[in-house]
Amino acid sequence: MKPDGALFRREAARLLATLTRAFGVENLALAEDVVQETLAVAFEAWIYQGVPEHYSALLTTAAKNRALDAFRRERTARRFAPELRRFIESEWTLRSGLDALFLPDALKDDELRMMFSCCHPRLHEDVQVALVLHMLCALGVDEIASAFLVSPAAIEKRLSRGKRTLAQSKRLFDLTAEDFAPRLTAVHRALYLLFSEGYHGASSEAVIRVDLCREALRLVRLLVGHDSSATPATHALAALMCLHGARLPGRADEAGQLRPLVEQDRSRWDTTLLTEGFFHLDRSAEGELLTEYHVEAGIAAQHASAGSVKGTSWGEIVRLYDVLMKIRPSPVVALNRAMAIAEFEGPERGLAAIAMIDGVQRLAGYPFHPAAVAELELRRGRPLVAKKYFELAKDLARNEGERRFLEQRVKECGRTSSS
Amino acid sequence: MNEFVYLYRRPGPPVTPQQKQDAMEKYQTWFKDLEARGHLLQYGQPLDPKAGRVVRDKGGSISDGPYAETKDIVVGFSIVKAENLDEAVALAKTCPIFDQGGMVEVRPVLKM
Repeated sequence: MKPDGALFRREAARLLATLTRAFGVENLALAEDVVQETLAVAFEAWIYQGVPEHYSALLTTAAKNRALDAFRRERTARRFAPELRRFIESEWTLRSGLDALFLPDALKDDELRMMFSCCHPRLHEDVQVALVLHMLCALGVDEIASAFLVSPAAIEKRLSRGKRTLAQSKRLFDLTAEDFAPRLTAVHRALYLLFSEGYHGASSEAVIRVDLCREALRLVRLLVGHDSSATPATHALAALMCLHGARLPGRADEAGQLRPLVEQDRSRWDTTLLTEGFFHLDRSAEGELLTEYHVEAGIAAQHASAGSVKGTSWGEIVRLYDVLMKIRPSPVVALNRAMAIAEFEGPERGLAAIAMIDGVQRLAGYPFHPAAVAELELRRGRPLVAKKYFELAKDLARNEGERRFLEQRVKECGRTSSS
Repeated sequence: MNEFVYLYRRPGPPVTPQQKQDAMEKYQTWFKDLEARGHLLQYGQPLDPKAGRVVRDKGGSISDGPYAETKDIVVGFSIVKAENLDEAVALAKTCPIFDQGGMVEVRPVLKM
């Protein structure tokens, strides 16, 4: 993605948040229409002229004028946001009222309020994430569907359910509300899922996945930039995304092929992101509360600061996984812990840890479960057994990238066993 | 060199912001290329696809928009230079408008 390759999406998200506040959440569809029209006209004009320097201000003015038209047209037919009703009563105050809503200071929090609104406790996490992608990243139904390998119809359903719930709220989430803290937890979770989908997800297109990570990072930076949401847990989440994100360029080679950590080219890691990550990691330590994000950021930091796989403090990583298993146990966490144990104490101990995973049936269909067994069998010198497990894993591959990666591993076992 | 007008016709713009972005970048690359090769006389202008009137006679017979179908609406124009109609057509064939179900009408500017 080029640097400004997301200009339309950024602006769409920004305008939608502000217009939704201006119109009131119950008029979400009207806000979406105004954004759509504003961007359509910009598109027609910029084809010829190129993108003007002050595009953001121009779009704001254009959207404001369209909003004004919409108010004039609809003011008798609709209920608008309470704070606007008094302006709407007279044409004379309408424009100044609208101007006040679009002042830079008022604009600043709109995206954040939209983010909190999308993470409504009545909505399932899947719906929250889809809604965040649609409202704050301005991704279309098909774009979200292909990122999650879900049918467009299913995404459509999630979005309409989400928008219905949103529209029932009286206004965008108030950042000073009493339930701010629990809502922030939900926001963290949604952004974490968004990032994970990009980082580990099954979507076959590397581009989409990098985009998801980048969007999650942008949104977590919004959280960090606001006093009330910049909690230690937010910093931990930001640290985790930066430290993992820094390793994204090394994770796949030029052909988009996944590389195991051992073979990653560490010189390709993004050092600016690493620095940002370690900054957030420091800030995350300021509180009492230890969240799963703290622990995962800690693990990512261990990987990021090691010069090589051999030079990694695997003992410390095992300890962190033990903590993570206490805070948020899951078979995938247990599997990662087993791999760390293998690095620390040898493949036999790793295999033993895999055999002891609780709820292992939940890993059925997860290709990296048999692949993990295969890696360790290979390492303890049993390439034939390893090959069998790699083949098992290959059959479970969820996309072309995983399939190619696992096929390669199968072949490598063949080579080892015949030599 | 002769002058030609390109009349662009297509249905509405691409739907999602990212599609708009991708399409716009393609147009810009295309225009830049035409310009670099000395074929672009005027970038031209967009025309409002949603409004317009056709004035049919001086008696005041007026109709909304000249076309029955949205894909027939002229959404913009440019002016290019080319040796002849064949070359102007060949240049038009590389226009990104075809990705969006649109078309380009190539009309030579008549000179004495």
